[in-house]
Amino acid sequence: MTELKESMQKAQARLKKRHAAETRFKAFGIGALVFAFLCVVMLFSSIISNGYTGFRQSYMKIDITFDESVIDPQGKRDFDTLNRADYGKIVKQSLYDFFPDVKKRGDKRTLSNLVSSNAAYTLRDMVVADPSLIGTSQSVWVMASDEVDMLIKNVFKREDDESTRPITNKEIAWVEKYESENRIETRFNTNFFTAGDSREPEQAGIRGALMGSALTMLITLALSFPCGVMAAIYLEEFAPKNKFTHIVEVNINNLAAVPSIVFGLLGLAIFLNIFGMPRSAPVAGGFVLALMTLPTIIIASRAALKSIPPSIMEAAIGVGASKMQAVFHHQLPLALPGILTGTIIGMAQALGETAPLLMIGMVAFIADVPGWINDPATVLPVQVYLWADSPERAFVEKTSAAIMVLLGFLITMNALAVLLRKKLERRW
Amino acid sequence: MSIKKTLAVAALASVVAAGAAEARDQIRIVGSSTVYPFATSVAENFGKSTSFKTPVIESTGSGGGFKLFCAGVGEEHPDITNASRAVKKSEIERCAKNGVDKITEVKVGYDGIVLANSKQGKKMEITRKQIFLALAKDVPNAEGKLVPNPNQKWSDVDPSLPDVKIEVLGPPPTSGTRDAFAELALEGGCKQFPDIKAMKKTDKKKYKAVCHSVREDGAYIDAGENDNLIIQKLNANPDAFGVFGFSFLDQNSDSVQGSLIDGKSPEFELIADGSYPVSRPLFFYVKNAHIGQVPGMLEYLAEFTADKAWGDEGYLTDKGLIPMPQEERAKYKAAVEALGAGM
Repeated sequence: MTELKESMQKAQARLKKRHAAETRFKAFGIGALVFAFLCVVMLFSSIISNGYTGFRQSYMKIDITFDESVIDPQGKRDFDTLNRADYGKIVKQSLYDFFPDVKKRGDKRTLSNLVSSNAAYTLRDMVVADPSLIGTSQSVWVMASDEVDMLIKNVFKREDDESTRPITNKEIAWVEKYESENRIETRFNTNFFTAGDSREPEQAGIRGALMGSALTMLITLALSFPCGVMAAIYLEEFAPKNKFTHIVEVNINNLAAVPSIVFGLLGLAIFLNIFGMPRSAPVAGGFVLALMTLPTIIIASRAALKSIPPSIMEAAIGVGASKMQAVFHHQLPLALPGILTGTIIGMAQALGETAPLLMIGMVAFIADVPGWINDPATVLPVQVYLWADSPERAFVEKTSAAIMVLLGFLITMNALAVLLRKKLERRW
Repeated sequence: MSIKKTLAVAALASVVAAGAAEARDQIRIVGSSTVYPFATSVAENFGKSTSFKTPVIESTGSGGGFKLFCAGVGEEHPDITNASRAVKKSEIERCAKNGVDKITEVKVGYDGIVLANSKQGKKMEITRKQIFLALAKDVPNAEGKLVPNPNQKWSDVDPSLPDVKIEVLGPPPTSGTRDAFAELALEGGCKQFPDIKAMKKTDKKKYKAVCHSVREDGAYIDAGENDNLIIQKLNANPDAFGVFGFSFLDQNSDSVQGSLIDGKSPEFELIADGSYPVSRPLFFYVKNAHIGQVPGMLEYLAEFTADKAWGDEGYLTDKGLIPMPQEERAKYKAAVEALGAGM
């Protein structure tokens, strides 16, 4: 009896110990989860708090006189004259008229910097679209300069000492006069989504990089998906198991771990120097990134193919299907969800790459929005890098805004994959 | 299945066709990251105000720019390279070897290099000699013999300097800014020692090694090419100093202040008139053979050399460029115009 009691006690003590270990393990797990969650929250909150203002832009209403003697002194009204006229002068004149007591040259110059240099192009587009404006006076909303924008968004604080902020008291007084007449407002920054890169923060947009990324990804997908899946099917189902295929397999696994810059160098040597592809173009970038993504897709596709029960293949062959029919009609459709997951992981990696693109000239200032795959283009992460490296303060919020767009692009891509996977998934 | 097949073949064919090079219709520019903000500004204005495409500009560093620029003549090679220093003889030879025998130098303006710290710290007044003593690898001791730099605090260099640890964040050795800082600030201070100056005549190599070597014991910290990062680090650490270009000081005047060097503060006017000692000229180089071949070259050059761009009140001064005097501008403008006349 005592023996039994003793062993019961021992068992209970062991049980207690085991439970304690389990509780500890759970606590560690929760701790890890909380830590990971906090990191994500920190990342997102820092990006969003820095960047949400990047989606808004200050505009100023100024009174413009479309002076015929400046725009079209000869009254020809042809496109060339209207397009080339000195609209900057008209913008400046409007500001000078608003502050008639600003006389000094230096002050006038500072005054004319309140509005963005983009204002002149706004007026140009207005006049070119409707030449009858010439000779009239209009109130026009134009973009404020980045410094005024920073002031309105309270990045440059008015209560700070004048010497500690880049905008002077005089400029603030001017801005306040516009504010008192309700001539300043912040709006949603549509320009950010319709314009290409610019050296002026208020005019800089993400469109060029977004298009560049989309075109590059298109090429990458068009090349690496079919090639990767074909290679996986061949290696998994058709290739003879010999030394040669073994070496190929090992090397595909190694290739997945090669640093991406190496692919950039390869791209420069082969695609640019031998095949003569254009520098800085999405076509070259897409080829390089496709090389990088291939091993990921092959490895994931093989794993997906392997996971399909052999009975399905055997049944297909049993009723008289050829091996190819069995693979394409039965095995591949069932493996597709897994293949798509692998593809998306590879594509997401490619979307975030800058290093290989450096070598083929896609890390560059490109203002024009690319139209097709051989136009010069840059991609989203490169745009983030370029803006982060710019001296103007207003680029800080643009950088974070661009990161948000990049994350949005990524989430859309992932969502699409999840949707496809859901649709294709079959149970047996 | 057959539709899918045709689609796949068509897609592949279009990709391959697009890969073939076609005639280039926009200017390509490479080179210095210091000139990059100015060149991009001009390129953007040029693209907006003319019917030409906006030039594509890569920031490769001065050396990397010459390497690409000198690789040959033809549309696969860049038309213009920016440089934060004059072209070297070896680079001219390299160019000539590849058939790029005619290049035109255009000076753009000046850039000041500043030694700055956070506004929370005290503004420092320093001479080039003191900079050399604080940052060089080997410095002369009391007997004039070269010893590894023993100075740990600024006050070890000179009692008038603050009693804080020497901590300077600056660009890495690959950077043109670092080269210029070594040449202008360190060498400028270094040759104020008569012994070392005499060395220039007897052993030029050693002179250069002594005057251009930055200490590697942790007092000078390579902070990478990103000047914004340096400014962030300065704000986090009020005792540290940073080395970067004037345009970054100009844009961040609310948080950092430039130290006075040899009694001159890094201000626009003092750099422009040459009295601030650590300033350097900026250039770009044009491949003459490409003029007339690539559309818009002359127009781009005209935009850059117009007074509304690089003049005293041009838009480049807003970006932090220090303009050249009127006569110098006229000289380079004439050189550029001569390129067009030659066509």
